[in-house]
Amino acid sequence: MKPKFGVVVFPGSNCDHDTYYVLKNIFDLDVIFLWHKQSSLENCDVIILPGGFSYGDYLRTGAIARFSPIMNEVIRFANNGGYVLGICNGFQILLEASLLPGIMIRNESLNFVCKDIYLKTENKQTVFTKGINGKTALKVPIAHGEGNYFADEYTLRELEANNQIVFRYSERDGSITSSANPNGSVKNIAGIINKSGNVLGMMPHPERSSDSVLGKTDGSLIFKSLVNNIFN
Amino acid sequence: MFKAKVLIKRRKTILDPQGKAVEIGAKHLGLINIKNTRIDKYIEFNVDTKSKKAAEDEVNDYCKKLLANPIMEDYEFTLEEIK
Repeated sequence: MKPKFGVVVFPGSNCDHDTYYVLKNIFDLDVIFLWHKQSSLENCDVIILPGGFSYGDYLRTGAIARFSPIMNEVIRFANNGGYVLGICNGFQILLEASLLPGIMIRNESLNFVCKDIYLKTENKQTVFTKGINGKTALKVPIAHGEGNYFADEYTLRELEANNQIVFRYSERDGSITSSANPNGSVKNIAGIINKSGNVLGMMPHPERSSDSVLGKTDGSLIFKSLVNNIFN
Repeated sequence: MFKAKVLIKRRKTILDPQGKAVEIGAKHLGLINIKNTRIDKYIEFNVDTKSKKAAEDEVNDYCKKLLANPIMEDYEFTLEEIK
């Protein structure tokens, strides 16, 4: 049985179609768009909050989208164990919604950074990452101005103790260095998961590295992992 | 030396898209009585002059030429001597 995916569309989302395309055309899955004003998740098994600039990034990234009507359902769904993946702006929305801990601040360089980076998968036991076995580092692009992840000492200790740091920015060989850190994120954090393992937020864009036409397909391992493990 | 506190406000007749977007969030939160949200800019800095008049002149210059756009924004400021 294949899972049904829902891609939430906020005003200002701009990776919604890329994500839809990958799930539909590369993976041949059942996928629908969910408008942010609707209150039903239409029996989706996985909800994706896509990248973009919801509500123009006004006030704080994700701060207004977090109160869009659909988010009540997404939060309920997540708290009941439903699978939620937040990519880039979607990650920022998950932070504002307190589905994941911590905050995002402006990149240390003050620049919008758009380039391919390498990701070390620190936790390969999640439904999102079980299929990444054998890869030292994933080549996935980032594109953000506010991806500098920050959390207080206590939260960081919790994240590490519970193995919640799923992805870190790394060198090609998987080593974690400050030069591999594109935005100043504390401990090179690129993606984290909640304690119960059903909500993942990540700044890099797996949907932009899933179609071989684009010359890189490492991102597809995350979607593949979800499809293969969600009902197991 | 003076501490300057500058408030820059978009003129009332000019659309504030940010305030409008934020107010949509208020509606979604159920805060239905919130009206006319405007997001302004508050800026603080020190001015290293001896006289208050010289400080005022420099702050005016800073505001007119850089901090505010006189076509669509008004500014006001206070100066406090730092001892």
